[in-house]
Amino acid sequence: MNYKMMGKFVGHIALVEGVFMIPALFIGMYHHETKSIIAFLITMAIIGIVSAFLLAVCRNSKKMFYAKEGLTCVGLSWMVLGVLGALPFVISGSIPNFIDAVFESVSGFTTTGASILTDVEVLPRSILYWRSFTHWLGGMGVLVFVLAIAVGSEGKSGFTMHLLRAESPGPKVGKLVPRMKRTAEILYLLYIILTVLDFIFLMIGNMPVFDAVCTALGTAGTGGFGVRNDSIAGYSPYIQNVCTVFMLLFGVNFSCYYLLLLGQVKNVFKDEELRIYLGLVFGSIALIVWNLRGFYDTLGETIRYAAFQVATVMSTTGFATADFDQWPAFSKAILMCLMFVGASAGSTAGGFKVGRLMLLMKNLRRKVRKSVNPNRVEIVRNNGDMIDEDTLANCNSYLVAYVLILVFSFLLLSLNGFSQTTTFSAVVSCFNNIGPGFEGVGPTCNFASFSWFSKVVLIFDMLAGRLEIFPILILFSKSTWRRR
Amino acid sequence: MKIIIAGDGKVGAMLTRQLSVEGNDLTLIDNNGKVLESTEERYDIMAVQGNCASMDVLCQAGIEEADLLIAATGADEVNLLCAMTAHGLNSKLHTIARVRNPEYSKQIYQMKEVFPLSLAVNPEKQTADEIERLLKFPGFLRRDTFAKGRVEIVELKVTEDSKLRGATLSTLDSITKAKVLIFAVLRKGKAITPDGNFELQVGDRLFVTASRNDLTVLLKDLGIITHRVKGVMICGGGTLCYYLAEKLLRSGISVKIIEQDHNRCVRLAALLPNANIVCGDASNGQLLDSEGIDSTDAVITMTGIDELNMFLSLYASEIGVSQIVTKVGRLENHSMVDKLPLGSIVCPKELCANNIVRYVRAMRNTEGAAISVHTIADGQAEAVEFMVDEKTLHIGEPLKRLRTKKDVLIACITHRAETILPTGDSTFEVGDTVIVVTTGDTIIYQLNDIFE
Repeated sequence: MNYKMMGKFVGHIALVEGVFMIPALFIGMYHHETKSIIAFLITMAIIGIVSAFLLAVCRNSKKMFYAKEGLTCVGLSWMVLGVLGALPFVISGSIPNFIDAVFESVSGFTTTGASILTDVEVLPRSILYWRSFTHWLGGMGVLVFVLAIAVGSEGKSGFTMHLLRAESPGPKVGKLVPRMKRTAEILYLLYIILTVLDFIFLMIGNMPVFDAVCTALGTAGTGGFGVRNDSIAGYSPYIQNVCTVFMLLFGVNFSCYYLLLLGQVKNVFKDEELRIYLGLVFGSIALIVWNLRGFYDTLGETIRYAAFQVATVMSTTGFATADFDQWPAFSKAILMCLMFVGASAGSTAGGFKVGRLMLLMKNLRRKVRKSVNPNRVEIVRNNGDMIDEDTLANCNSYLVAYVLILVFSFLLLSLNGFSQTTTFSAVVSCFNNIGPGFEGVGPTCNFASFSWFSKVVLIFDMLAGRLEIFPILILFSKSTWRRR
Repeated sequence: MKIIIAGDGKVGAMLTRQLSVEGNDLTLIDNNGKVLESTEERYDIMAVQGNCASMDVLCQAGIEEADLLIAATGADEVNLLCAMTAHGLNSKLHTIARVRNPEYSKQIYQMKEVFPLSLAVNPEKQTADEIERLLKFPGFLRRDTFAKGRVEIVELKVTEDSKLRGATLSTLDSITKAKVLIFAVLRKGKAITPDGNFELQVGDRLFVTASRNDLTVLLKDLGIITHRVKGVMICGGGTLCYYLAEKLLRSGISVKIIEQDHNRCVRLAALLPNANIVCGDASNGQLLDSEGIDSTDAVITMTGIDELNMFLSLYASEIGVSQIVTKVGRLENHSMVDKLPLGSIVCPKELCANNIVRYVRAMRNTEGAAISVHTIADGQAEAVEFMVDEKTLHIGEPLKRLRTKKDVLIACITHRAETILPTGDSTFEVGDTVIVVTTGDTIIYQLNDIFE
């Protein structure tokens, strides 16, 4: 293991986080929030000391960087991000309990949006902004950002594909253009453009500026922290619809947008994953609208609520406009299923990913055919390209790891003694980076009632879900830390 | 610059390393997904799996926007077809193809027209040229010529009984009257730029620049015996052997080739009527003895197996053959091999990659481009030759007044066919040739890059 290189990397990541606290600091100054100003200043000082120490100690690191270092780095960086990001909450006194603060911060960075706060409206503005901003940063990935800006003199310093691969969701991660730096730049550029568009559309609907900024950041990262206690429900129908559309947009693979920019519109709509994603969205909306008939006054209202809830769950955002816990069982079941599916690979959303599910289904179909006709040779294709057996095997082992973590977390969480639905949906919701679940953790409730141990388990689940399990799992593997 | 490399083999990998460090956008095409995957993890490139001569694959690799295509697969025909197809898709494209079959090498000029090739590279032929130069000027491990052959950079090894052992650079004048400049020393795998007090030790590899005449004087003063090579034994009868044997035979050197495969022997015998071809296993010491390895002037080992080549060279050195050349396919661990008495080491893929890199740099800036580039000291230093033109800065100023970058050294100036080893008072004028040596990471694209 190249510990020095890893230390240097984590130091850089911490530094970036510190720099990103500056806007929150300014917001605090603007609103004269003395406590949070002090909190951010102290945090930035701590970050400065920590990263200066790491960078100084790890100055002359070797440039070698392999898969193991890459994956471990990603896992470690995210843990460090979560802990450092929690400091403003603790120091400012907004969330005095450290575990709670880390839960909130990790929930932010992993774009989960699960909160332990019962009343967010009393929080200082700067803290609220920081909460939403963690979504934005975590959505596209901090390491991707570092790749975009920090890989200075071209290609010379410790380049690695493993970082991008570990942080970007999906079964198969590729670059858009040959240069890693350029790829990361393009991704962030698209991300910023879409976020700004979202903000503009929200402003057109007369949303207060601060709310619009936070909502846009939360939507972009598919996070789900709101600035009001009733999330998005209190805003006008127009704003709710804007949110619906943008949540779905951020659940689309970003390479589709890149193709759009290049003018290859045809190829975008030929993309199988996009088609299935959109099919699932519209199908679910239709079924829920049918199931909800008579629940709301008008059909328009029903469609609006159904669409918003489908979008929020499918894109794993976690905003809420309706208490879907009150809905009929069939609608709830659909939402539960969508929680598992998640959005497209290569988007900012969490979950199992449509693309991965699609490959698993195709593989299953192939196996079924093969059992009928044992000598049949068939390959799995995606958009006409052959998918190699390695990728399929990875998907299969991902599924196994996914189910195992789900089951173990469920067991550990049931120690709280809550109902089955509450416990299970809490795990599903955190693991898939959604936010709200059902019953005790439904859209109107929160995670405050869980024990500190359960919160630690959920923190682990959120990180594992965001980083697609393996970067976090290997941190607990003995062979990772053994000398080569 | 956008470059597509077809074929991720030895040359492809070497080019990838060099060109990606220099900040080009690289896309690699290969049939083998496993190889691509490992390259993609090591370097900042994009990989496309498929047949590089197919239009689909080329389009996928972005041939329309590319500036240069390098076809370096194992098969000449594929390379040519690839270049032709690519040129059909993008008429502004520069193409480089590796063509190594001797049957094609004679028609290479016509082929460059037919398959619009900007450059055809032949690693084996280049290596043969290099070995021939080494044989004709024995005593050096390596030679690179600059300024139309007027200036040379040679590599010397300080041996146990060398007069240079223990000498400092400032006392060099008392050892030799030749005007030479030692601009780099490779000690224990690290390149050092020596100053006047630097003491030479056994095992150091020196990089020396001088004019051709001074080199002859240097060799004489150092007591390195340089008798003309009359007979050569070549182990391994591949393509490279054919090119080399043909050249040597033409200049009147007798050649004995040892090759294991009988069919190949017959083929060589047909191609090289004057060579002495022996069918047998070169790893068999008895065979070498009976073929008179002890009485030959030079042994060149160029079988397809690096380990065998090294082993054979060690044997030849043990017996006391005065000149040995070893061909190696991979040069990653040069410092390890250094300690062994293997004579001169040549690496075809390195020569070939150097050639292509030079072309790429010239493409990058058409004005003031390097005339030639030579990688020396195991790739840790580079000697680049430039022509001084009107746009060059600091013309006519003495060198001591110039501030050059840290790792840069002006090794030689050629002024009107006269070679000057620069001192603080030297200047350069328009039309001069300047040879610049860089160690470290700085890449010099044009002469003005050397100034702070």
